[in-house]
Amino acid sequence: MHELDLARNIVELAVEAAERLGAAKVNVVHLKVGRLAGVDPGALHFAFDVATADTLLAGARLEVIDVPLVVWCAHCLTEVELPQVNHFYCPACGTAAGEIRQGRELEVASLEIET
Amino acid sequence: MTTRIVEVRAGVLRKNDELARALRTRFEEAGVFVVNLVSSPGTGKTELLQRTLTELRESGQRAAALVGDLETDNDAQRLATSGVPVRQINTHGRCHLEAEMISQHLDSWDLASLDYLFIENVGNLVCPASYDLGEALRVALLSVTEGEDKPLKYPTIFNSADSAVITKVDLAEACEFDRERAIAAIRSVRPGMPVLEVSAKRGTGMAAWLADLEARRLAWRQGRPGGAST
Repeated sequence: MHELDLARNIVELAVEAAERLGAAKVNVVHLKVGRLAGVDPGALHFAFDVATADTLLAGARLEVIDVPLVVWCAHCLTEVELPQVNHFYCPACGTAAGEIRQGRELEVASLEIET
Repeated sequence: MTTRIVEVRAGVLRKNDELARALRTRFEEAGVFVVNLVSSPGTGKTELLQRTLTELRESGQRAAALVGDLETDNDAQRLATSGVPVRQINTHGRCHLEAEMISQHLDSWDLASLDYLFIENVGNLVCPASYDLGEALRVALLSVTEGEDKPLKYPTIFNSADSAVITKVDLAEACEFDRERAIAAIRSVRPGMPVLEVSAKRGTGMAAWLADLEARRLAWRQGRPGGAST
């Protein structure tokens, strides 16, 4: 359970960006969460409400954008989405998955702000 | 008041990632091979590390260890019996080690005088996966008492590891441990992952584990910036 740590990081990043942009208020934080990021979105929502209290983000909503797990398949010569996070084999041809191209993201993508 | 959406694109773990990168450079410059051991609580990280440190010291290798726990310095005391420098990191409730904790505990250690630095992470199969500590090698441990499908339940950490060690193999029979199933589970999450099998208590597999570490250390020394000098 490190979601509270992560929520504090998210708030710090978002406050920094919001101040830089001269925001009076932040309505929404859009967060990319990869399927392999090891984060529980439920726990993160709860932690976000705790971490935003008494900050510029107070009352803001956290919107999670799920990022699928995408790997390179050296046999199909293309990127493929893996339906499961614990079976790293190409669903089309069964070859062992290559490099992870997407799915580890944990990123504040954008903010909806009022200026 | 106008409402607008602005792009930020900032990694949530950016600070840790930056610190870890700085640590990795520092370790490379010092020529010390850093190994991060991750597993559930009770898998036998400390037992394996204690024997590893002792055997490395006896063979003339220079090693040190950092050990993370929420509280107590019990593990540091245990590891210190190996005769190598050991420091405890207490996270006081945090479920993982972070790069900053590592750099805070390196003070006054001459890294250039070490061949190996081991980091025993907090026993946890979830959170340590996300935190880069600047290590050259991440090893995930799984004991025969835990159940063969654990890698399937905690894929993130096993996928993030470079190799896996099955521990407590002396208890395999009593636990009716299905070795093939465990290895298949590990390789489902990370195809081709090297798997070693040890009993630190009995010494089974220790030679292979130490040989694998040394081969990886030498390959790392060849590959790191600055090259093959000893």
